[in-house]
Amino acid sequence: MLSLARLAAMIFKEFVQIRRDRPTFGMIVGIPLLQLLLFGFAINSDPKHLPTGVLDADHGPVGRAVVAAMRASGYFEVVADFVSEAEVEDALATGKTQFVVTVPADFSRRVLRGERPQLLVEADATDPAAAANALSALEKLADGAAARALAGPSASLRRAAAPFDLVVHRRYNPEGETAFNIVPGLMGVVLTMTMVIMTCLAVTRERERGTMESLLALPLRPVEVMLGKIVPYILIGYVQVLFILVAAKFLFAVPMQGSLILLSAATIVFITANLAVGFTFSTIAANQLQAVQMGFFFFLPSIMLSGFMFPFRGMPVWAQTVGECLPLTHFLRIVRGILLKGSGGAEILADLLAIAAFLAVAGAVALRRYRVTLD
Amino acid sequence: MTAAIAVRGLTKRFSGRAVVDGVDLTVGEGRIMGFLGPNGSGKTTTIRMLCGLLTVDAGEGTCLGLDIRREAAAIKRQAGYMTQRFSLYEDMTVAENLDFVARVHGIPGRRARVDEAVARLGLGDRRGQLAGSLSGGWKQRLALAAAILHRPRLLLLDEPTAGVDPKARREFWDRIHGFAAEGMTVLVSTHYMDEAERCHAIAYIAYGRLLTHGTVAEVVAATGLAAAVVTGGGEPRLIARLKALPGVETATAMGADAHVAGGDAAALAAALDGLARETGAAWRPEAPNLEDAFIHLMAQSRDNFAAGEA
Repeated sequence: MLSLARLAAMIFKEFVQIRRDRPTFGMIVGIPLLQLLLFGFAINSDPKHLPTGVLDADHGPVGRAVVAAMRASGYFEVVADFVSEAEVEDALATGKTQFVVTVPADFSRRVLRGERPQLLVEADATDPAAAANALSALEKLADGAAARALAGPSASLRRAAAPFDLVVHRRYNPEGETAFNIVPGLMGVVLTMTMVIMTCLAVTRERERGTMESLLALPLRPVEVMLGKIVPYILIGYVQVLFILVAAKFLFAVPMQGSLILLSAATIVFITANLAVGFTFSTIAANQLQAVQMGFFFFLPSIMLSGFMFPFRGMPVWAQTVGECLPLTHFLRIVRGILLKGSGGAEILADLLAIAAFLAVAGAVALRRYRVTLD
Repeated sequence: MTAAIAVRGLTKRFSGRAVVDGVDLTVGEGRIMGFLGPNGSGKTTTIRMLCGLLTVDAGEGTCLGLDIRREAAAIKRQAGYMTQRFSLYEDMTVAENLDFVARVHGIPGRRARVDEAVARLGLGDRRGQLAGSLSGGWKQRLALAAAILHRPRLLLLDEPTAGVDPKARREFWDRIHGFAAEGMTVLVSTHYMDEAERCHAIAYIAYGRLLTHGTVAEVVAATGLAAAVVTGGGEPRLIARLKALPGVETATAMGADAHVAGGDAAALAAALDGLARETGAAWRPEAPNLEDAFIHLMAQSRDNFAAGEA
């Protein structure tokens, strides 16, 4: 028979314990709040004001009109004027611009002659979703823009369907394969999830099981404990990386343009950064449950604000700022850059330095917070 | 004789409350010092401060000639600490645990030394067993093996025999005396009176303050207690009646008899004579024991503590 009195005793006991565990209580409120904030305000699957570069060799009215119309659409924001092909390549490879419009020499004149010259728009299509809406808007606006430019004496040309050919190059991922973007990205996501929680648990476990006391009584330096806790997981992280890379190559046929050695080197910095975060959490968490919750609290913004799930440039400035502070954001750029764009050391340097800076800060905090005593 | 431990005014506060309050403690090299006191009196906290596991809030001193505030790392290299709760890795085997400790200490000829410790503590048959699956007595042996592996000059043992059977306790103490004979200094906290009596000297701490120290005889004599054994004469409520008597501080049933103690020998005798006339119980004087002394000290310090709080 179910006894209400016994049941009530059990329920009451649970509430007492829930109330005692403050951090867990905080998470009960914090996680939904974080989700609401991220999903409600930060996420936008229709990114606008995408950084666009222009290489205008024509300096004529039609090219200018097309660029002006692109601006007016709200999808494109001209952030750079280029003069050489090399600059264009660099801007796309480093991700400085998402699009580059190349207006060839004599473009306006040839339009007026009715020769239907080509207007080249190159898009960084590593993330097909991020570029899709802008590109479809581009097709529509190009016609109208040309039409407006051809007012007056040249109006006869307006009868033609379009006075120029709009050529769109979807760079790095011409087929628009979502997997090409997701699978390399998954490497960073998996590492963030497992590395943070693993180290966090590794230290908290020592405290929860009471083994910390023996450990602290031994003549170990904090840095020895910290590195000793971190190094095994770097190896485990590499096993995960290897697993995903093999799957990416043979299961999803993800192109691997760049150097895998460079990727390995960047990965070690990224893994270590995440492990340092986990170690820092472990100095705060009182038990393993709290450690997992903190790991989740870090993981959630990482996955949402890094550009993994949703286009990074679609997010409001505050969310992008938060995203820039997360190592995953930079690692995604590095891994996509190396695999899809064939980026080299120079192209990934800025993002690698950002992760290294994060590692330095997280490592310093972890070492400062780690106590060699039980106080 | 040089002092292995020499601290003065050792103090530790947790959120404003002094858990250890101005403790002075001196232990000579090669001596076994018993550390006694009620639960929560600050024994563990004191031991942890001595081996650098807790920072010292006030006070100063040395362990093995090393400053406890500034040279904690060096103390850890020369001291062995056995925690109250088993704190080695339960998911590692006996040999793996010892090997880990040996590596951290950088012991030369590691394997031989681990083998030696295993043999010395009779852990040979359980080398490959997970520490978590050992029973209490074996866990204690393993913890002791880990604490002495690097041949420390100072051994700090925090209630090492709690929950261990009498035979294992006796063997344990024989080993401790063996270590002391080799020159190791031992500070051991305990609740067992028979263990206290096996120490060269004892220190008694209550409410964070060191109340007395010296040999067992000295500590008992210093309390000035008188004791007696009362033979019941079939009185069923003997203990309750004894406790109610003026001049009786403690009364403990010893089978059908009772052991009583009080601070004033004359008052105790008068009270017991009165009881004897009334009930036919007989009594004779007896030497006060360590337990009498501790209960007396505890009651005293509680009164002092309450007065201090008020």
